[in-house]
Amino acid sequence: MSQVEREQRREERRVTLNLLRNLTKREISAQYKRTALGRIWSLINPLAQIAVYSIVFGLLIQIPVAPGSNSGLELFPIWIGVGVIAWGAISNSISAGMGSMLGNAGLLTKVYFPRSVLPISAVLSSIFTFATELLVLLTIMVAVGWWFVGGPMVLLYAPLLIPLLLLTMAFVLGIAMLLSVASIYFRDIVHLWSIVSQVWMYASGVMFSVQLVRDAQQRIAEDYGLELPLVTLFQLNPAERFLTAYRNILYDFAVPSWDVWVALVLWSVGSLVVGKLVFDRLARNIVEEI
Amino acid sequence: MTAAVDVQHVSKSFRVYRDRNQSIKATLLTGRRAVYDRFQALDDVTFEVPEGSTFGLLGRNGSGKSTLLKCMARILNPNSGTITTRGRVAAMLEVGSGFHPELSGRENVYLNGSILGMSRAEIDSKFDQIVDFSGVERFIDQPVKNYSSGMYVRLGFAVSIHVEPDVLLVDEVLAVGDMDFQEKCMEKFAQFRREGRTVVVVSHGIEQMRNFCDHAAWLDNGVLQDVGNASAIVDQYADSGHAVTAGPGGGVRFGTGEVKFTQLGLVDPSGEVVNEVRAGEPATIRLWYEASERIERPVFGAGLHTVEGVHLWELQGRDSGFVPDAIEAGAGTIDVRVDHLPLAPGSYSISATVQDHSTTHMFDSLQHAARFNVLGGGFRTSGGMLALSGRLENLRQH
Repeated sequence: MSQVEREQRREERRVTLNLLRNLTKREISAQYKRTALGRIWSLINPLAQIAVYSIVFGLLIQIPVAPGSNSGLELFPIWIGVGVIAWGAISNSISAGMGSMLGNAGLLTKVYFPRSVLPISAVLSSIFTFATELLVLLTIMVAVGWWFVGGPMVLLYAPLLIPLLLLTMAFVLGIAMLLSVASIYFRDIVHLWSIVSQVWMYASGVMFSVQLVRDAQQRIAEDYGLELPLVTLFQLNPAERFLTAYRNILYDFAVPSWDVWVALVLWSVGSLVVGKLVFDRLARNIVEEI
Repeated sequence: MTAAVDVQHVSKSFRVYRDRNQSIKATLLTGRRAVYDRFQALDDVTFEVPEGSTFGLLGRNGSGKSTLLKCMARILNPNSGTITTRGRVAAMLEVGSGFHPELSGRENVYLNGSILGMSRAEIDSKFDQIVDFSGVERFIDQPVKNYSSGMYVRLGFAVSIHVEPDVLLVDEVLAVGDMDFQEKCMEKFAQFRREGRTVVVVSHGIEQMRNFCDHAAWLDNGVLQDVGNASAIVDQYADSGHAVTAGPGGGVRFGTGEVKFTQLGLVDPSGEVVNEVRAGEPATIRLWYEASERIERPVFGAGLHTVEGVHLWELQGRDSGFVPDAIEAGAGTIDVRVDHLPLAPGSYSISATVQDHSTTHMFDSLQHAARFNVLGGGFRTSGGMLALSGRLENLRQH
């Protein structure tokens, strides 16, 4: 590669990064424009959801949740809160990323820029929202720690949130990139996604713990003599693994076990590689299909 | 001379779906995505755009010139062939396309600038120039959704033109804003040329191309016809562009056909078609048209010829001060009224044109599509083509 070409590449990369930053800023700052509460809305939504789930699943149905392994906490709203926020981040990032190409059709057909900038910036802005929610949650956990456990122990494990956040981002980005181009070829995917995300939410154990699944597996084995590997299937779900990791850190005040980390790394890398391959293949002629 | 843009054997085809299905179900049922034909938009096009030139791409609608421009801008990918560009390329295909309505003008300048490839520092240093050029200083901190369409376009244009690329690709956007603004744009383009930058422009406006460009390429149905000196190419294109076809009433027509005349004729005050009128009497020429789409500010015109082909008179909407805001798709009529027809008895033919507002794009030109006879009347004539309101009088003998 010649000096000039290298120079040009570097220039292109700089321009792309600048564009990525500006687009992400646009997503973030335009999201709550002209609302009286502004960014607070990004907290009100999960709070409302947590309240509803706490009443329905905690108070009425009384889903059993094991106490936090290190923290010994038995606060259902906090337990479900971690799940709601983490699941919200996964599902919102994927739908934002998925809609990013269709939503910017005008831009795609009129200007050239590296197309991946669109899903990446959409995911980044959702992850930004997620990060602020995590920060609020962390603050609450520090207070809860003082109150119930006798110290801000959660801060010891909080740095683990950074690699976990990066893995989450890689995972959702891969899926978002794949769906963002696929949804242009098949618009049905947009509608299908709303169903899939519902099913996926329940399958990820946002409002019940693995204990319930284990009970069910045992019951089926005893009643019908069927050995269904329900727990294994449940834990094959990457979103469940992510939720487990977030709960380990924020609720149990513990380090997620190594097999959780391995599963997360495999899922994230796999998703990113597949997403990027499909995206690069399909995005080239995207303008003609829009 | 080195090439700023080197187009080598570029071909591009599009899928034209006969029965477009975008559902997974249909795909699974038929076992394939959709039935489509291939439309060859560009067929083995090869030429070079010399560095520092202002290069025009000419051709009729659908000739592939915009496709070629989009390939140069890397928005579309050629199926085969290569396009090599030297230096920074910026495309001005639709100004303000990256604007976010909820964000302020200021935020959008930064956003749009970065979409077009400017760095933050670069936008910082040019920000005042951009705002000054656009003339929207007072509203720069307002959300752009409150802008008038003129302000919107001017701000978008101002950002695009301050990218200062080595190669600027422009698609039919020379006609934005008012006269003052257009003048500013032309000055900016002139400055571009002085600085040795390359401009590639697509336009229908033949005269504009002749004045504006020094080189040109002419495409027809995706095939390169000729490339070279602009005025020579424009002449060739203009000759060929008037490929005429037979129209109604024995007339001949050319044009792109978004609006077509279906009939021309004289009508009497009750609206009945007549083919006779007396010299000096009022006459109403009616043009029946059919538009296949909504057309903004069309310029209608009508003209009279003798049967021998002498052009006697022509009047266009712009000169007459009558340009409708828009005509909708569908049929309609428009009248050209003459208070006293000053023509000598004989046979005459009617022609009509309809163009876009800049009168650079001919939708339809229907020539000699109706004949009428002028009979002797109040305006007397003893010879010649005209019958004027004149008389002999005032004999004096000395």
